[in-house]
Amino acid sequence: MSMNDDVDAVTPAPQPGALPQFVSPIVPRSTIAGRALVAIVAIMTFLASLTAGAVVLVQSAASDWQSEVAREVTIQVRPVSNRNLDADVARAADIARRFPGVADVRVYSKEESSRLLEPWLGTGLVLEELPVPRLAVVRVATGATPDFGQLGRALAQQVPSAAVDDHRGFVEHMRSMGRAAFMGGLAVLALVLVATVLSVTFATRGAIATNRTVVEVLHLIGAKNTFIAQHFQRRFLGLGLQGGAIGGGSALALFGLIELASGQFLGSAAGEQFAALFGSFSIGYFGYAAVIVMIALIAGVTALASRRTVNRTLETFE
Amino acid sequence: MVRFENVGLRYGLGPEVLRDLSFRIEPHSFQFLTGPSGAGKTSLMRLLFLALRPTRGLITLFGHDIATLGKDAMATLRRRIGVVFQDFRLIDHMTTYENVALPLRVVGAEEESFRDEVVELLQWVGLGERMWALPPVLSGGEKQRAAIARAVIARPQLLLADEPTGNVDPNLGQRLLRLFVELNKSGTSIVIATHDIALMDQYDARRLVLHEGRLHVYE
Repeated sequence: MSMNDDVDAVTPAPQPGALPQFVSPIVPRSTIAGRALVAIVAIMTFLASLTAGAVVLVQSAASDWQSEVAREVTIQVRPVSNRNLDADVARAADIARRFPGVADVRVYSKEESSRLLEPWLGTGLVLEELPVPRLAVVRVATGATPDFGQLGRALAQQVPSAAVDDHRGFVEHMRSMGRAAFMGGLAVLALVLVATVLSVTFATRGAIATNRTVVEVLHLIGAKNTFIAQHFQRRFLGLGLQGGAIGGGSALALFGLIELASGQFLGSAAGEQFAALFGSFSIGYFGYAAVIVMIALIAGVTALASRRTVNRTLETFE
Repeated sequence: MVRFENVGLRYGLGPEVLRDLSFRIEPHSFQFLTGPSGAGKTSLMRLLFLALRPTRGLITLFGHDIATLGKDAMATLRRRIGVVFQDFRLIDHMTTYENVALPLRVVGAEEESFRDEVVELLQWVGLGERMWALPPVLSGGEKQRAAIARAVIARPQLLLADEPTGNVDPNLGQRLLRLFVELNKSGTSIVIATHDIALMDQYDARRLVLHEGRLHVYE
């Protein structure tokens, strides 16, 4: 097989009286190597887009968990001798309800508190026999940032046995966990991008090698290096965008399908667990932008690799 | 037009394949370059069409010392040289018409300005009916004529042909020689690299004979 046997060129049919025209591109449109390059670019863009989407998803889920936890604080009222626990709980809840920025206060009843302790102490628990504190969950109004230090001081003055837990330690833990997951995702994305750049570069070199005769002939008939490099860069940018659109489009379609499927299963137990972990499973505008960046980046790498390879090939002729 | 002064060429750290070459190619001249296989004909041709630079000595082309020229200037100089390769080197995805028109296309000429000229040349070399055909379906002789047409379309001042009759029958070889003679009469300097004695005997021209890397000129 000769170098260009795989050229998918179409011979214009001879037409009596018709003028010949220069319609063929300088760089052949479709070759086996070109199609293989499109396939490699598509696969690598798909993997890079999936990784980028997953990183966006993890970041978004971690952020949702943090804000969910940060929107609640817990008031704990300890049983103290010579004080009425129920009255203290009611008083603490009343103070919290009147505090600016609080949307709702829900006091856990004795039965609910018993159920919370069941996994550790078993059923049939009689709460009065144990010095178990009572809880009230305070929900923060949307957009409000209450001063929980001031709430704690107000409670300490009027209900000395009450304490406010703003979950700061847990939120910090969540934040560092979310950050670690995000950084890990970025590291994986970086590795995938490096693998993508390398594989696309080598595939581009292979595709250029099949066009070596074209480069050489152009060089020897007096084409300037910039003319040759520009034609190859333009053609390979097209191939890169084609492969990128296939790979990135497939990744977006997959995310869309999963989002659709997660919506379908929302009522089921598995769906609820899924929603608790990943929220709506939507990569959002940022995710879509990340995929578009992947397509542009990989197409750009393909074009630059072709230019560099052509220039290096030209250097071997001189 | 072309001047070689004590030119030597070696590949890497190997021995010199061309030694102390000193000769001139004058405007409107016709010469055969010959010698046994491995004597360095192809290397000398590559020096002439600027695909190689010498390891020593001076080469001037059209009055320019090639050692001082940049890439763009070399490209501009190559446009004044037509080359016919032994293996034709036609571009397979382009029609015969496009292959022949390529040297004009790369210099940015408008198709309207060269179409008639290309068609006329194709008819002159007997490829008027094959201008729509792709190189893979052309015969050896047709490829050779297309390669010659591509080499002369931009009216080069110097035409270099490497074994132009190596792949064709004697009858076609004679026709191609007549074509080169016609081109020479129209003002192009011709260098034909060949070891076909019969071909050289058909036309009385200067002979450059390479032997073991050294050049002997027979006027």
